[in-house]
Amino acid sequence: MNLSKDSPLACMPGLMHVQDSERSTGVTDVDPRCRSGDTQTRSGRMVLEMSNISKTFGSVKTLKDVELTVYAGEVHAYTADPGGEIRIDGQLVSIDGPLSARKHGISIIYQELALAPNLTVAANIYLGREASHGGVVLKKCMADQCRDVLARIGADFYPDTTVAELSLAQRQLVEIGRALHARSKIIIMDEPTTTLSSREADRLFDLMRQLRDDGVAIIYISHRMAEVYELADHVSVLRDGQYVGTLARKDATPAAIVRMMVGRDLSSLYKKEHKPARDPVPALEVRHISDGIRVRGCSFALHRGEVLGLAGLMGAGRTELAYLICGARTRSSGEMLVVGRRVDFRTPRQSQDAGIAYLTEDRKGLGLFLDMTVSENINLGICGRDAYGGWILNRKRARQRAAQAIDSLLIRVKSARTPVGTLSGGNQQKVLLSRLLETRPKILILDEPTRGVDIGAKSEIYRIVDDLAKAGVAVLVISSELTEVIGMADRVIVMREGEIAGSLGRGNRAITEENIIALATGAGCMPQQGRSN
Amino acid sequence: MNRAIESNGVIKAACARLSLRGFGMLPILVILGVLMQVVTLYVTGEGSFLTSQNMGIVAQQAAINVVLAAGMTFVIITGGIDLSVGSILSAAAMVALIVSLHAGPMAIPAALAAGLVLGLCNGALIAFFGLPPFIVTLGSLTAVRGIARLVGGDATVFNAELPFAFLGNGSLTIIPGVFSVPYLAIIALAVVLVSWFILKRTVLGIHIYAVGGNADAARLSGIRPWAVLLFVYAVSGLLAGLGGAMSAARLYAANGLQLGQSYELDAITAVILGGTSFVGGVGSIWGTLVGALIIAVLSNGLILIGVSDIWQYIIKGLVIIGAVTLDRYRLRENART
Repeated sequence: MNLSKDSPLACMPGLMHVQDSERSTGVTDVDPRCRSGDTQTRSGRMVLEMSNISKTFGSVKTLKDVELTVYAGEVHAYTADPGGEIRIDGQLVSIDGPLSARKHGISIIYQELALAPNLTVAANIYLGREASHGGVVLKKCMADQCRDVLARIGADFYPDTTVAELSLAQRQLVEIGRALHARSKIIIMDEPTTTLSSREADRLFDLMRQLRDDGVAIIYISHRMAEVYELADHVSVLRDGQYVGTLARKDATPAAIVRMMVGRDLSSLYKKEHKPARDPVPALEVRHISDGIRVRGCSFALHRGEVLGLAGLMGAGRTELAYLICGARTRSSGEMLVVGRRVDFRTPRQSQDAGIAYLTEDRKGLGLFLDMTVSENINLGICGRDAYGGWILNRKRARQRAAQAIDSLLIRVKSARTPVGTLSGGNQQKVLLSRLLETRPKILILDEPTRGVDIGAKSEIYRIVDDLAKAGVAVLVISSELTEVIGMADRVIVMREGEIAGSLGRGNRAITEENIIALATGAGCMPQQGRSN
Repeated sequence: MNRAIESNGVIKAACARLSLRGFGMLPILVILGVLMQVVTLYVTGEGSFLTSQNMGIVAQQAAINVVLAAGMTFVIITGGIDLSVGSILSAAAMVALIVSLHAGPMAIPAALAAGLVLGLCNGALIAFFGLPPFIVTLGSLTAVRGIARLVGGDATVFNAELPFAFLGNGSLTIIPGVFSVPYLAIIALAVVLVSWFILKRTVLGIHIYAVGGNADAARLSGIRPWAVLLFVYAVSGLLAGLGGAMSAARLYAANGLQLGQSYELDAITAVILGGTSFVGGVGSIWGTLVGALIIAVLSNGLILIGVSDIWQYIIKGLVIIGAVTLDRYRLRENART
């Protein structure tokens, strides 16, 4: 790829973080095992070194004996003794929270951005460190300095823009600007691209390379392997919270990383054993459906036992289309047929009764009840169906159902009574999926089914979807990960700006990344090339 | 060995967190009870707090608040609030007394119906028009107070021959001369049991927690949030109606202007003391019972000790703030990414 050689000053170990969603910079329970602070390596000096780090979150041990070494700059940190001690330039310091981490030049950019949307860009960049004179905020001075930072990161907005007006990608730039302004030597980025389109992500990568060349060390946490190959100078892999190993750039082949992450090879990640049925009447047919805003005249058909991919850029209207189908929003025009019968859903409940289940892309915001137990989350949608007299819970049945789901979907949890909020992303997703499956859907709509999910759970979700399709369920998969769409789907439809831009596979052009991107961006409106599969 | 110590610590932390929820306030109730006994012993020379007679009085005093707080628990679990229960109680008590003067046996059903209808009005505005519960019930707090004054012609209504007066002042004798339980307390306990059953053992209960925990997710998973909201405000109104009947039975009289003033605050205090989170989705009815008893023990004990009315207010207010502090602490404990 187009990455320059290891610069003498910096490198970016991409840390593949697997199996849990809890990340901590507050370092705890550490065994003193430090190495020399001024170890020079080919790629630079160590900035940060951690060894034998463990972290418990709730009752779950999320990190076990993790080691991490980051090179660049002139800082060396090591941690010692329970409570965590860190040495910077030979001086012992302790990091016990985000604030002290920032004081020592470490900035974290979280998955869920931590900006105040009601404030301006300048105010956010300065948040907590406002330039003031006797308590009076020096707006002018802040704005001037902000402009320098924004210029450095190539931002196309102004210090006095309100953050609420910015896109997610722009907000991320604000976070990076904040880190730069704080003179951070180490920036930790946690899945920064999950909410970005691929073009926005590319811009972010360019910026990251530029920062690296300036001597900033970046720890990049990602589930997306393509990004890791493209960016990282070193790759460290965690699996189930356990440190597996670190690869230098030259050794970090896709196959090697996947083997470390899954413990097996990439080819087994996707499973496609199902065969789409060739029924004359499709399980779901959508004709010229619109919501008047984001979805415009979309038509497609989905057959029994088929996995249909729905690709497109962020904001192309994919989720909105799913909302129309499952009745979460009402359509303004068009019609929908389920097994040949016209339907008109006004609420999600009605679509559920008709055998449609929708897996939301926003697992925590729109899917799970984080305070409730795993069992309650699984049983929630279905418990009315076998309740005594329609309303007294059948607790025995609920227990069985939860146990069965935990068993068959391989949900890793101590007990069905664990609050679902304490589980890892992958296990949360499986809990949510099992709630949908309990309704025995005939049509399953999966919106970003593996977002924020580790690769082990990913391959299990792929297996589950394949099994469902084999059992005759019609599956619509919305995904921004092209490899996933290609790996799972029999056919792919691509949305662009609210419309179906085209269809791939099965008599159309082949399902390839190039073809999907061409349709999604409108870049290659090439004439139909006939069968090439 | 290290691991054993660590898991021990985890268990301890979990217990500490649990103890702040629901039953968590039980030790505080016990401590408060013993404290009152010791102080009364010290001040008056005899421990007048922990006597079976005084316990009966505490139970009787707590009963109406327990009933209101039970309804409030439903509402707060959905993330809402019902400020109108004091006014509804007053209106229902007026209805009970007026009906008892003309059609005796219908008094209690009439009070319940009045409460239910007013609760449904709150619920309909919140469920169907999506108005904020605080504003809707703040409005009905005032409007229903007006209705309470209106139905009685802004006068106190008496009925010396109230047919259900025994409910207010009588007791069920368990051991003659030694131990008896006031009927009001029995009603309150029954309400708590039914509430527990609905919240923990029915589909509706699960839906109530679900709507409070994540209303959007609830809708997407096929729950009808409007039905849940309508239900909880109706229950809160109904129980305020029951509270009105209980209050009428106790006093043989009702006054639209004064009865039930600031009862909603006592109910909210009980719910929050009981560990139900203001944010919604978390809470238990047993906690509410303990919370209401803490308030009753506090008021009763302070009177026995001879603390002045003014200081009772101050202490009670500090308890509310303490409760909210606990709520915050608990939320932070549960904070997750």
